[in-house]
Amino acid sequence: MTAPVVVARGLRKSYGDLTVLDGVDLEVGSGEVLALLGPNGAGKTTTVRILSTLLRPDGGTAFVAGKEVVRQPAEVRAAISLTGQFAAVDDLLTGVENLHLMARLAHLGRAEVRTRSAELLELFDLTDAGKRVVKTYSGGMRRRLDLAVGLLARPQVVFLDEPTTGLDPRSRNDLWDVIRSVVAAGTTVLLTTQYLEEADQLADRIAVIDHGRVIANGTARELKGAVGSAHVELRLKDGTEERITTDGSVPDVRRVLADIERRGVDVDTWEVRSPTLDDVFLTLTGRPTAPDHEPVLVASRES
Amino acid sequence: MTTLTPVPTTAVPALGWTAHDTVALIDRCLRRSLRQLDTVLLSVILPVMLLLMFVYVFGGAIETGGDYVNWVVPGIILLTAGYGAANTAVDVASDMTGGIIDRFRSLPIRPTGVVTGHVVASMARNAVSTALVFGIAALIGFDAVASPLDWLAAIGLIALYVLALTWVAVAIGIVASGPEAASGFTFAVLFLPYVSSAFVPPETMPSALEAIAQFNPVTPITDTLRGLLLGTPVGDVVVPALLWCVGIFLVGRIAAGLLFRRRD
Repeated sequence: MTAPVVVARGLRKSYGDLTVLDGVDLEVGSGEVLALLGPNGAGKTTTVRILSTLLRPDGGTAFVAGKEVVRQPAEVRAAISLTGQFAAVDDLLTGVENLHLMARLAHLGRAEVRTRSAELLELFDLTDAGKRVVKTYSGGMRRRLDLAVGLLARPQVVFLDEPTTGLDPRSRNDLWDVIRSVVAAGTTVLLTTQYLEEADQLADRIAVIDHGRVIANGTARELKGAVGSAHVELRLKDGTEERITTDGSVPDVRRVLADIERRGVDVDTWEVRSPTLDDVFLTLTGRPTAPDHEPVLVASRES
Repeated sequence: MTTLTPVPTTAVPALGWTAHDTVALIDRCLRRSLRQLDTVLLSVILPVMLLLMFVYVFGGAIETGGDYVNWVVPGIILLTAGYGAANTAVDVASDMTGGIIDRFRSLPIRPTGVVTGHVVASMARNAVSTALVFGIAALIGFDAVASPLDWLAAIGLIALYVLALTWVAVAIGIVASGPEAASGFTFAVLFLPYVSSAFVPPETMPSALEAIAQFNPVTPITDTLRGLLLGTPVGDVVVPALLWCVGIFLVGRIAAGLLFRRRD
């Protein structure tokens, strides 16, 4: 990892008796995408709010772009952009007006305000919608505009706090594409999400946060590797379930299935599952993040 | 990392930028006002309906020692101004509870400029709605005999009243749980003029109500405005009127400042 652009050491925050952050340690390298993954209430948003100078920590220190967040908030703000869970755009202004306003407040030059806005509208596929009042936008369009606004001043570090929460799958995919293009430009990104798939899709590294502490940290592959290999899951006609370990390769899965056929058990449905980040989460915390699973292959057949 | 010496920096950007930022934020709020013409329209229609009702329905039965329309218009003007100013609470509340305030706060700007934008837009909206209500009042026989200097003083007083109520509205907008809650304030302000000298002379009320009416800040402000517009002597109501306006302004301004900083 290159020199870290975001460093948090032992961040603590509580509200009365409720401890929200219990010593969060984080590092994000230059140009890296770190996903802070955790369930609701784990402390993701609080961490981002502290790192973006919106909230003072009770303890610990944090540096963003080399500046200390509590003592040098203005310098930190000049280096970052924050896109929150709620699209932070003005509903009554048009897309273009929103971009122009925020570009002026980011102190871009007169000509740059216009060129940069046009550039971002184009990049985020909002050129046609730019003249319309944001109130008429779909949820996905609002988030895209929100992200565009955040990128106006070419921030060194972009904080994305649950960027796709509440979006339909198609809008989510569109937004992922947009985020990937931001990442490709070399921007450092700290992304929070409760979607394992999102972390898997976008992040170089994942920090799993639970009860205000980072409990695991690594690439998606490393985290999955910690849980173990793939397995074949069987649901039998008599209602019982069975799990058979496999390395996930075609010959090995064929061997497992041949085995099952030889035994002559009545299979209702079966699937091959790689360890998902869900499994990672379950292993680390003893409880799942979300009810949905991510089957790699699902098959159902008559027998 | 932890050995870094603290660099004493202020979170406040240079004065030139602050002016530039404030202009951008005023521009934002004026555009918002233009997109919400229905709100401006309502803040004209409501007082005009009250005006017509009081002049044509109740007015004949109210004895004020002169043309009733001349008596009631100053009160209606203040009601217009108060209602318009109170609407600012809704705008501020929607900024504070939506995500946009976080974006403003994470920008290298002085975030109070956000509020300044709303205050200036409120003044502009009220200038328009007050002028419209004056125009309609003139059509139905309001006969101001004010000198240019009196007009200037009257406009100054209305502006001060709008400014004072706008800042109170800002403070309420900051603490309100949302735009809907904030809109309750507009109704409170709308009813303020009823128990005052705005519609009927307080002397005609039962003594308990009269005491309330005499204490109501709207009473000296209405009386001063009425004196200025109708060319009657204003005498000893000017000082309480101005003190009330300045007092309300200071309370609103200070509360808004404190609440804005406290909220995170």
